[in-house]
Amino acid sequence: MGAYVNPIYPYKAPTDLKATPPLRKPLIVIGAGPVGLAAAVDARLQGLDVLVLDDDKTVSVGSRAVCYAKRSLEVLDRLGVADPACALGVSWNIGRTFLEEDEVYQFNLVPDAGHKRPGMINLQQYHIEEMLIARALELGADIRWQHKVTAVTRHDDHVTLTVETPDGTFDIEADWLVVADGARSPVRRHLGLDIEGRVFQDRFLIADVIMKADYPAERWFWFDPPFHPNQSVLLHKQSNNVWRIDFQLGWDADPEEEKKPEKVIPRLQAMLGDDRPFELEWVSIYTFQCRRMTDFRHGRVLFVGDAAHQVSPFGARGANSGFQDVDDLMWKLALVMKGQAPDKLLDTYALDRQFAADENIMNSTRSTDFITPKSRTSKTFRNQVLALAKHHPFARKLVNSGRLSVPSFLTSSLLNTPDAEAFEGHMVPGAPMDDAPVHRVEQGAGQDAWLLDQVGNHFSCLLFADAVPSAEVLAQLQALQSGPLPVVPLIVAPRAIEVPGLKVVVDAQSWVTKRYDGKAGTTYLLRPDQHVVARWRSFDNGKLQQALARATCN
Amino acid sequence: MPTPLLKTDPNFHESGRRFFRDFSPGDDFYEALIDAHNGLSDEQSEALNARLILLLANHIGDLRVLREALQAAKAAA
Repeated sequence: MGAYVNPIYPYKAPTDLKATPPLRKPLIVIGAGPVGLAAAVDARLQGLDVLVLDDDKTVSVGSRAVCYAKRSLEVLDRLGVADPACALGVSWNIGRTFLEEDEVYQFNLVPDAGHKRPGMINLQQYHIEEMLIARALELGADIRWQHKVTAVTRHDDHVTLTVETPDGTFDIEADWLVVADGARSPVRRHLGLDIEGRVFQDRFLIADVIMKADYPAERWFWFDPPFHPNQSVLLHKQSNNVWRIDFQLGWDADPEEEKKPEKVIPRLQAMLGDDRPFELEWVSIYTFQCRRMTDFRHGRVLFVGDAAHQVSPFGARGANSGFQDVDDLMWKLALVMKGQAPDKLLDTYALDRQFAADENIMNSTRSTDFITPKSRTSKTFRNQVLALAKHHPFARKLVNSGRLSVPSFLTSSLLNTPDAEAFEGHMVPGAPMDDAPVHRVEQGAGQDAWLLDQVGNHFSCLLFADAVPSAEVLAQLQALQSGPLPVVPLIVAPRAIEVPGLKVVVDAQSWVTKRYDGKAGTTYLLRPDQHVVARWRSFDNGKLQQALARATCN
Repeated sequence: MPTPLLKTDPNFHESGRRFFRDFSPGDDFYEALIDAHNGLSDEQSEALNARLILLLANHIGDLRVLREALQAAKAAA
């Protein structure tokens, strides 16, 4: 056992960034937290030059974000860091909820098999950041530590930043600016942009505890446990014997007093119920707000992550929704920067992610209201839901100890082409793609693979086929790859077939066919961020081109 | 013992509306329920609950279902 030691990243004097008149960079990201770093990695994958500025010289102090949801892991797969994250992180699917001493409700985040990634992993934020930094550097991102942005001036076609370093202050320009500087967002404040919502009058104690324990890798949540009466407690297992324990304290608690080890240690001892040894790695007291910026886009300035929106921690919808912001934004930004799509495509980033933020705020507000009822009546209903939950399935479904992060279905996105034919299942235009196991056919040999690993970073066209397509269709599919907006076709077949010049996956167990209602001929157009954007019962190149134009605001 | 008539499996739904997450319709109802009590005194809330039970009971109508519901509510206390 041992506490985590923060790495120190080397400061590089900005001699190459200082110039008169100021240098103009195509893309600057402010903030090297998980979300800013993900943006930098994604930018490099899209072939964009990117400069990242961060005012610190290390990763997160204390663990902060803990839970990374399945959709984040799929995004991290696309970015190339999900394997190390899953190797070090603690995978889990089961959550248990207790009232006093009894279990009243249990959920499974991924009840059906056939997904590459688990429902959730728990991993300290500093580990995720270290992995993203390594990946960004490997891909050639330019990250500058101890570079604090003190002023931002917006212009029609660029922004000017004033940057403070140990070697003085300088100005630099960017065609595009991605702001990922966290909940307190100095840039948002500097620009005087509003962020509105609700402050919750409650305080919570976070303790990251290093100890040997054989509790299973599950999320345990208590209402009114004997060791912490009338309040809630949450337990999560993290990597390297670190456990996250979260105690509700109430609004009247004194944050300075409650942080002291002599207050924290007895609380932990009461909970653990034995004299096992433990060390405190991190203790903090937090309050929270549920709020978002009115507009995530301000001309050439794009806000992502906590800078743009904040939620209560019940549901792990903070960092997870930040990754989804990046997932949505970066392919759009790349198309606009490369002149392949008009500027207004970026308005759909704001619209789609504001919609998602509203959903996240709604779900995390509902959880918070259930966990910390605001009136006697609300508390009575909460307690009686818990009482009924011991006997009745419907009440178990109402028990809300956090609705864990799942991606939004962007069904109202302007980029979608509405269905004109009937389909079963959930893979509607705007849906985040369901994963499924497949076999890849390469030089005659089959290889186990996952559907989501076959798509992403570019538009894809999924065509369900039980035989080699006609010569005419084949020629059109091949031509898709070399159009001005390349679309990569992928054939899904029930058995191995050879299709000249095209990638084929075999859906031997029909997972893809079932999840996508993929009768032969069915065609899906997929966004670079693995969302469905259009679908038909047969391949029609004209319709596909129209949908592609619509999906890129062309 | 006769087969129970009272539904105790999750049953919240809305015709014409599609829910992508199984917890959503129940959470929609619960939020509406708690919101209806916003700003009320405890006495006003009690009265609201009474009116609500009466309206729902009449809507259900079937006395056998209502007796089972009364029984289930008492048993869970």
